[in-house]
Amino acid sequence: MRSNARNYYLIPYLAWIALFVVAPIALIVYYSFHDIEGGFTLDNYAKFFTPVYLKMALSSFWYALLITLFSLLVAYPTALILTRTKHKQLWLLLIILPSWVNLLLKAYAFIGLFGTYGLANALLETIGIGRKQILFTDFSFVFVAVYIFIPFMILPIFNSLEEMNKSLIHAARDLGASAWTTFRRVIFPLTLGGVKAGCQAVFIPALSLFMLTRLIAGNRVITLGTAIEQHFLVTMDWGMGATIAVFLVIIMALIMVVTGQGRGSIR
Amino acid sequence: MKQLVRAFIAVIAIALALMYVTSVLNSEQGYSGGNTLTVYNWGDYIDPELIAEFEQETGVKVIYQTFDSNEAMLTKIAQGGTTFDIAVPSDYAISKMREEGLLLPIDHAQIPNLSHIDPRFMDLSFDPGNVYSVPYFWGTVGIVYNPELVGGKTFRSWNELWDPDLRNQILLVDGAREVIGMGLNSLGYSLNDTNEEHLQEAKRKLERLTPNVKALVGDEIKMLLAGEEAAVGLVWSGDASEIISENEKLDYVVPEEGSNVWFDNMVIPKTARNLPAAHAFINFMLDPEHAARNAEYVGYSTPNKDALALLPEEISGDKRFYPDEELLSKLEVYDNLGKRMLAHYNELFLEFKMHSK
Repeated sequence: MRSNARNYYLIPYLAWIALFVVAPIALIVYYSFHDIEGGFTLDNYAKFFTPVYLKMALSSFWYALLITLFSLLVAYPTALILTRTKHKQLWLLLIILPSWVNLLLKAYAFIGLFGTYGLANALLETIGIGRKQILFTDFSFVFVAVYIFIPFMILPIFNSLEEMNKSLIHAARDLGASAWTTFRRVIFPLTLGGVKAGCQAVFIPALSLFMLTRLIAGNRVITLGTAIEQHFLVTMDWGMGATIAVFLVIIMALIMVVTGQGRGSIR
Repeated sequence: MKQLVRAFIAVIAIALALMYVTSVLNSEQGYSGGNTLTVYNWGDYIDPELIAEFEQETGVKVIYQTFDSNEAMLTKIAQGGTTFDIAVPSDYAISKMREEGLLLPIDHAQIPNLSHIDPRFMDLSFDPGNVYSVPYFWGTVGIVYNPELVGGKTFRSWNELWDPDLRNQILLVDGAREVIGMGLNSLGYSLNDTNEEHLQEAKRKLERLTPNVKALVGDEIKMLLAGEEAAVGLVWSGDASEIISENEKLDYVVPEEGSNVWFDNMVIPKTARNLPAAHAFINFMLDPEHAARNAEYVGYSTPNKDALALLPEEISGDKRFYPDEELLSKLEVYDNLGKRMLAHYNELFLEFKMHSK
């Protein structure tokens, strides 16, 4: 009787999974076997292995890697400092706050900041470096993407730092480990779960960024996300768009498997 | 569990009650049945006073909705569930909608003002005999440039964009037909060319342009060019007139090799509910006095020859936006090349975008 009732509770969950996870993926796979006129074809998959799309996949991978790396470099020390401040929750809130603002608005704000006559260039000019092209460069793209993704990296790292047993740090110091050794041998290994969760939370969406590639990188950075957007909205070649999406799903699943060994701690 | 069910039922009951209230409110406001007209147009593309006048004159309530791309409009109409009586798609979208059976024929007998339209803008390839569409505005694709930032240089030809002095100074609009079309035009080919060799040649030529291209952007191009972020831009004439009204220094030119001429026409989608009002609206907008006011407000080129006569000389005499016969004869409308060719154009465009500097 008890187990029966439990099974009933599973229904909404299963319905949700079937409707919003299984069905869309099945649809994507279904569309990926169709050409632009709706006939069955395998050409889309062959097309993905042409230099154009391989190059695109590689460059998406490369940029996502850069974005994840820089996010981690900034996020880890920030999280570490956060756990040692007095008003942790307030500081955390301040860091999360920008993620409440719409992405498009933030991107437009950066167009203004990074423009030829923007604040960043005015600053460069006052300190004597002179105006530089900042907008529409690789730098601006990675910078803005890191800015947008950073809360998603800080949160899991912060959580795992908080969960860590603080007496372990004291023990390490008592036993003569330097601050750096304590970090390298105790703190970092114990928070690896948070780091992995953070990397997943940044790398996976970074792989399929689109909008920013146009607004901030001026279409000089082409990712798989851009190509999907174009195929669905402009070309109406849903088959090719779906094929790229299938590959993205596969890549993402692989990443989950590779990094998912440790225990993630997103809350 | 019981509470959950109760809460669930309560939510459904509230939703139903709200649905009833909206329908009552709508009918009180006259938003249903025979006396409304739903117009689906580009943003900021009509003089709002004209809508008010139309409502007063005919007693028809106008519901005005906007879209920002032909593709978005097409999808919404094709999906159904909408009740648009009038839409304003561009040429190639009209031919697509015609093929897909999304349009209703327009009864010319109900639109006497059709006689005011310049015959040059009637009976075009995307809608022979204007069975489904009536011209609203038209324009070109060309070069907007800032003489101060290019050292007083003026532009006459597409090929001048390849000048090494313009390094990192050009913004292109993010459209496959526009950019590939520019490549084809600069080589002297038609922008509807489907010859594979010509297309590859155009792509190679465009790839040589990449050092000069600062970015390929969407609607932001207006803001960026008016803000002098770059010196030169490939834009539609309507955007150009908006940019120039914001920053007087800039100038617009349609290159002599030829370019694209585009049309936004009024159509009646198959979702229409109020055909008499739709025809009355089209007729109202074609009235020379109304069309002239609309053109002055919107800033695009009017296809209405009698409205043009009513416009001040500084608008109607502006060769940049009302090019003369000689240039006009070199301009081409985008043909509907079919899905497959369009996909190929986009593929080439993607390759061009990926070509690194």
